Amino acid sequence: MSEKKMIDVYIFGKKYTVPSTLTIMDSMEYAGYQLTKGCGCRSGFCGACSTIYRVKGDKELKIALACQTKVEDGMYFTQLPFFPGEKPLYDIDKFKPTMDTMAQFYPEIYKCIGCNSCTNGCPQDLNVMQYIAHAQRGEFEKCAHGSFDCVSCGICASRCPAGITHYNVALLARRLTGKYIVPKTEHLKDRVAEIAAGKHDKSLKEVMDKNVEELKELYNSRDISK
Amino acid sequence: MYTAEMRELSKKVEETRSQRIGINFPRMSPEGKIDVLNENHPDYSDKGFMYLKHGVNKGNRVPNELGVLLEGKSKLENFQINLDKIDYDTDILIIGGGGAGAAAALEAHNRGAKVLIATKLRFGDANTMMAEGGIQAADKPNDSPAKHYLDVMGGGHYTNVPELASTLVKDAPSAIKWLDDLGVMFDKENDGTMITNHGGGTSRKRMHSAADYSGAEIMRVMRDEVRNKEIEVLEFSPVIELLLDTDGKAAGAIICDLETKRNFVVRAKTVIMATGGAGRLHYQGFPTSNHYGATADGLVMGYRVGAELAFADTIQYHPTGVAYPSQIFGALVTEKVRSLGATPLNIHGEQFVYHLETRDVEASAIIKECNIKGNGIPTPSGGYGVWLDTPLIEMIHGEGTIEKKLPAMMRMYLKFGLDMRKKPILVYPTLHYQNGGLLIDKNGQTKIKNLYVAGECAGGIHGTNRLMGNSLLDIIVFGRRAGIHAGENFKDIKIKDLTFDHVKKYHKDLKNNGVESREFSPMILPTYNHGREK
Ligand SMILES: Cc1cc2nc3c(=O)[nH]c(=O)nc-3n(C[C@H](O)[C@H](O)[C@H](O)COP(=O)(O)OP(=O)(O)OC[C@H]3O[C@@H](n4cnc5c(N)ncnc54)[C@H](O)[C@@H]3O)c2cc1C
Ligand code: SF4
Ligand code: SF4
Ligand code: FES
Repeated sequence: MSEKKMIDVYIFGKKYTVPSTLTIMDSMEYAGYQLTKGCGCRSGFCGACSTIYRVKGDKELKIALACQTKVEDGMYFTQLPFFPGEKPLYDIDKFKPTMDTMAQFYPEIYKCIGCNSCTNGCPQDLNVMQYIAHAQRGEFEKCAHGSFDCVSCGICASRCPAGITHYNVALLARRLTGKYIVPKTEHLKDRVAEIAAGKHDKSLKEVMDKNVEELKELYNSRDISK
Repeated sequence: MYTAEMRELSKKVEETRSQRIGINFPRMSPEGKIDVLNENHPDYSDKGFMYLKHGVNKGNRVPNELGVLLEGKSKLENFQINLDKIDYDTDILIIGGGGAGAAAALEAHNRGAKVLIATKLRFGDANTMMAEGGIQAADKPNDSPAKHYLDVMGGGHYTNVPELASTLVKDAPSAIKWLDDLGVMFDKENDGTMITNHGGGTSRKRMHSAADYSGAEIMRVMRDEVRNKEIEVLEFSPVIELLLDTDGKAAGAIICDLETKRNFVVRAKTVIMATGGAGRLHYQGFPTSNHYGATADGLVMGYRVGAELAFADTIQYHPTGVAYPSQIFGALVTEKVRSLGATPLNIHGEQFVYHLETRDVEASAIIKECNIKGNGIPTPSGGYGVWLDTPLIEMIHGEGTIEKKLPAMMRMYLKFGLDMRKKPILVYPTLHYQNGGLLIDKNGQTKIKNLYVAGECAGGIHGTNRLMGNSLLDIIVFGRRAGIHAGENFKDIKIKDLTFDHVKKYHKDLKNNGVESREFSPMILPTYNHGREK
């Protein structure tokens, strides 16, 4: 395998020769940068590392997560610390989801022209245009599930001609779904009430009062549910 | 993509599958566990550890990499800073914008305190965001806080501070309810029943999840809420030293702008330290699952003002880190993969350990299989791993389970050309969690007045080993507790003049104890060069 191959990449316009096995993020460090921005989890969860790139000979500007994308020969890239995105303020306790909710907080979603740029850019392969369509129709639960794996990297928003901040729209839809649409959990309410009423104090105190030997005994013989 | 050699070896896994499926590998005996830990767990040998020559924990054992920082010099050593010029004046300063920091901020704000969050990276770019598997709480009818307590204590080898462990389990259901009420989308049945699973060492299925984005879902909801409440957040602004007042109470901090390197003085009536873990110190050369800013800063700064460390020599190595491909080396393969039935196998396609032992035991068994028994599978970068038979999940629970329940894992591997639904993956233990930290009481207080600690930076709750799902739980439970306690008490606090005499004293003590400091600390960010010569 060509594991050790070296290739040329251009970081902020300057050429560096780096191993072809590295991610975009690693290649910057290989070149000698110490990252202070555009880097967080290093595993594709936080969305901090959106990077714009182009490959020599190809005119298209692309955006990717630097920690999840391998370098390519002739890659030109530059890092984006983060995308500024619109986020209205709201008190989630003070309103319930209705058909008007999205129009109230994110009226721009109705200006979507269906260009699909958002979907094409998404590094999580989400159908972004689709989840925005769900939001438009007040289908919050569908929007919530369609956007669940979003890492809020902002790439979709950077490409949207309608000025939509998709990931924030989706976040509102998810919170409304979690809070109001999905049924409440009865066993959770019950247990919280039991604990508040002191119902578990005695059994908890009993185990707490055991010495280490007794605890070990209890632990090693505890029944484990299937 | 696997190399030709690896593809050949993976056939062994397929060959033995029919003999393994449906047959439970026996759990290890209590004595067997002790043996495998003693022989293989990095914490159980003195190699890689040093004894502190200085400070409250003088004589205690800590990992070398941490010790060097604890005995390091302050970045403010020769620094003239005018403490009369206050740049930020606040009731409560929260250091760290992960889950513990956000939970504390919300509760303190609700009690009328002016809150300032200073965080090293972007708000939310933290270990909390990366947690995949889930969060424990005993809220099902067949479960109870007492059962949860016993699991916590057994998992922690009975070393946990009982008061902290019992607070953790008792507050757990209300922590879940708090998140549920904020709109966190937990996995539920159609009638609202929480879908819960086992984790390593749990006696009941009490792991609540939000697919395998549990931490991300919790973090982004809390972050949204902090923004809705207009709580001030300074991003890319790590704290580099704590400040005390002339009475010795915590009273603020010096923060540094990562870009401009300018320092600012924050005065605060209380300080809540929520800086998370230490994975990026790469103890004993291990890779890590942690985020980029996990460099133990809180431990270093807390120790410097005299707060006590507890269990700082116990580290959690997660049994399943990515061993291959190299681009995601050390990243986490969530325990949920094993909860769903994937089992570890050696080069011969044989299982060698029950797949849901506690993490320390499971990791030790894997290290043993590779390093002592020589049954590991070699990777192109010169390391070893063991197989995790992920296609088994689809056989047990039906096709489509991985896509539905482990979307993040599947995506991470697909990006680098591996389909975990069809092929087993290669894993090796990765440095995952700091079991210990700064000792707290049940409200998150340290012995330094007005200094609170919450989250992974705190010590005592988990003893010498934490169970899966109890960390997301502790950041909510103790984050909230610290926020509530600080939020109820800040009004009565009078700050005297700010000082960093403690830093000067620290330096003097270092000298007196014969410590020759080479490093400045806290570290703030690690340096990587990926094999480039220095
Ligand atoms: C990959 C992974 C998966 C995990 N999965 C699970 C799981 O399934 N279940 C579970 O219970 N636990 C899990 N954990 C553990 C758990 O997620 C963490 O322990 C927990 O989220 C820590 O929260 P925290 O708020 O204490 O720290 P973090 O979330 O790490 O936040 C720390 C914050 O402090 C900031 N900071 C650090 N130093 C400074 C400084 N000097 N100045 C200012 N700010 C600073 C950081 O930038 C960050 O914002 C997992 C951990 C990892 C890494
Ligand atoms: S939906 Fe937008 S913000 Fe979310 S992951 Fe996709 S591109 Fe990034
Ligand atoms: S980029 Fe904007 S306008 Fe285009 S499809 Fe997506 S939401 Fe609509
Ligand atoms: S650094 Fe978090 S997604 Fe890349």
